[in-house]
Amino acid sequence: MSGHESSYTPNSAFERWLDKRLPIIRFANDTVVSFPTPRNLNYWYVFGGILAVCLMIQIITGVILAMHYEASVDGAFASVERIMRDVPFGWLLRYIHANGASMFFIAVYIHMFRGLYYGSYKAPREVLWILGCIIYLLMMATAFLGYMLPWGQMSYHGANVITGLFGAIPLVGESLQTWILGGPSIGNQTLQRFFSLHYLLPFMIAAVVILHIWALHVPGNNNPTGVEVQDIEKDTVPFHPYYTVKDGFAIAIFLIMFAVFVFYAPTVLGHADNYIEANPLVTPSHIVPEWYMLPFYAILRAITFDLGPIDAKLLGVIFMFAAIAILFVVPWLDTSKVKSMRYRPVARQFFLGFVFVCLLLGWCGAANPDDPVIPALQGEASLVVSYTDAGGAAASSTYRGGDEAYAAAEAFIATLPVAAKASLEAVPAPAFQFRHLSLILTFLYFGYFVLLFFIGLSEKTKPLPESIHKSVLKARRPKSGTAVPAE
Amino acid sequence: MSQVMRETMKTFRIFAISLAGLAFAGLAYAAGGAKHAHAPEDGWPFEGVTGSYDKASLQRGYQVYKQVCSSCHSMKLLSYRNLGEDGGPFYDPAFPNPNDNPFVKALAAENEIISPTPNDAGEFDLRPATAADRFRSPFPNDAAARAANGGALPPDLSVITKARVGGASYIYSLLTGYPDFAMYEDRITQENGETVYTTVIDMAKFEKLGEYMPHHGPAYLIQPAGQYYNPFMAGDTKSNYLGDPRHAPPGGFLAMGPQLTDGRVEYTDGTEATIDQMAIDVSQFLAWAGDPKLQARKEVGLATMIYLGILTILLWFSYKQVWRKVEH
Repeated sequence: MSGHESSYTPNSAFERWLDKRLPIIRFANDTVVSFPTPRNLNYWYVFGGILAVCLMIQIITGVILAMHYEASVDGAFASVERIMRDVPFGWLLRYIHANGASMFFIAVYIHMFRGLYYGSYKAPREVLWILGCIIYLLMMATAFLGYMLPWGQMSYHGANVITGLFGAIPLVGESLQTWILGGPSIGNQTLQRFFSLHYLLPFMIAAVVILHIWALHVPGNNNPTGVEVQDIEKDTVPFHPYYTVKDGFAIAIFLIMFAVFVFYAPTVLGHADNYIEANPLVTPSHIVPEWYMLPFYAILRAITFDLGPIDAKLLGVIFMFAAIAILFVVPWLDTSKVKSMRYRPVARQFFLGFVFVCLLLGWCGAANPDDPVIPALQGEASLVVSYTDAGGAAASSTYRGGDEAYAAAEAFIATLPVAAKASLEAVPAPAFQFRHLSLILTFLYFGYFVLLFFIGLSEKTKPLPESIHKSVLKARRPKSGTAVPAE
Repeated sequence: MSQVMRETMKTFRIFAISLAGLAFAGLAYAAGGAKHAHAPEDGWPFEGVTGSYDKASLQRGYQVYKQVCSSCHSMKLLSYRNLGEDGGPFYDPAFPNPNDNPFVKALAAENEIISPTPNDAGEFDLRPATAADRFRSPFPNDAAARAANGGALPPDLSVITKARVGGASYIYSLLTGYPDFAMYEDRITQENGETVYTTVIDMAKFEKLGEYMPHHGPAYLIQPAGQYYNPFMAGDTKSNYLGDPRHAPPGGFLAMGPQLTDGRVEYTDGTEATIDQMAIDVSQFLAWAGDPKLQARKEVGLATMIYLGILTILLWFSYKQVWRKVEH
């Protein structure tokens, strides 16, 4: 917390000398040792530390991988496999880096939902929250750029789809797309600039992380009650050793999960098509981004209608970017004075619904938009005979039902002359498709933020604890006061 | 200790929720239209936490690759020396550097390749391969490969088990999944005065399809010229199906016909070369080729897990110790 008195006393002559010139030891001490931290932080609060570890792991493995990687369309795919085969422990570095991206996103999503649940974006932490949103945006960009580098089928065609989005922007779109790609289509120049930027962005993330921590240390941590620290003595404990050891324990468990993926299922989070070298002439039957982008991909594809002068593609792009942009303004959309959802019974239900909507959007993003959501509920397809009638016009005849419909359709075709060029096809029965579910979920996603505005104005909240200290004691009381069972 | 479990479960629950979300999203990743690949009856020896490749099977698999697959398929990412590396089919602990392994050298020398580097006169010799050379490619380039295979490009097999959903099981299912020859019928018809030959498959006889059986009288699948039906190939059979299109069989067509016939390869170790045995061996060989560090990965993995497990327990006790007097 800013303004907390520095507990650092230089012990040696050198420390006293340095403290007058560059008080870096004092700074480190006040930041990560004596920093007063609310004593009631639960396990949802460990992900900040986990994310710092993730960033370090990605940068260290990434720098070493870059020593062996070859950013050229002819050599990239083979160089990644060479790292896996011929570089000592190259397979380990590459699997840590590839799975590390997924681990990074799992952690960041939990960290963000944590912030939304406990109202950590509210005054006085708006800047802290916005810096976090910037980090998240940079992470998405870095992950997208990095996914291009193995130069597999999904790398190439995924990048084609995403850079194509910029082409949807009116007037400047096409020139912008050409500028980003460095030419009319993805080529060697695109791969090289993506590699260069993929190396640059993590250091920008690191810089914003420093600002993020700075912005955290000015107002201090939020906590599960959302009640601010009133008495440093009673409400807080020093960060070290209390939270270094608790975060350390959580990081160790996180690393176990990380290691399970790296050592026992290293390719399960990736897509098989990315082990086929990029080929511009062959498009994969089903282009999907990495799992952490799926909810936004679902929103992009959910919009299939034009709105006035805005065509469906551009509208999809607008909604997709709006889904991220809206996070930046959450501090002002949420009108409630109470921070933590613990004391907001109505908003809490909507929050849980919002989490569920995000997961469902991810599911939609992975699915083929034309597929029925619940195949079991889809009726039997009908059979349609298309032919040219005696007058030369196209005609068709539909048959519904089981095997008898097929027999009837065949019998009808037998009556038609050869010149009618009859053909038989199955037309799926109308069903509730993923594109429909995506559209509903898209509106629910944005609806949550609108609701947050109105709920905050009228919600009857539960009484807040007087202080962090009292809330901790209160939680313990029922335990000691357990009724004695009747004899 | 039960408290350790409770605390650990508490944090694990948080991860479990997110993992459930991930798994949920992953459900939709299955390949469309094709039958799901299945492992051989006895499963794969390289699966599980401690599984590793069966060396004898890898050696037989190399033989199948060499005598059958390699006449059309390249494996550009592999060198002959890889065969003699730790975990590989011909690893010999006496030769930690596989380039010195005489057996690997001999295997390499069986292949005539065009030298990738010019000789003193600036010409590219045709010479026996060395252990350091890449696997011999059957065709000089993709265009030549297409021209020799009816326009279809035989995919490179270096990482094929990682490039297909199902991995080794997919290769195994595909190789053993073709209809038997008894199911093929040749039909001769006259069209505009010309004799047309078509090959059809009697789907009612296709017992390998298991749960899929035509239930509405005889149904035939027309096999396009130069293409072969396989229920495990991703694709669409509707337009080739003579029957109710709503019950078109799973799978699709590929340019590779059934390659394995009983006894096609004569195994040097005396194993009987049944179709199933050859398919198992070559699938395992390809799994090794795509993931040659599997054994090292699992060994390092076990050590890492033990280390992290001990670290977690120690940190938990430290945590309890540090926080023992603080209500939170």
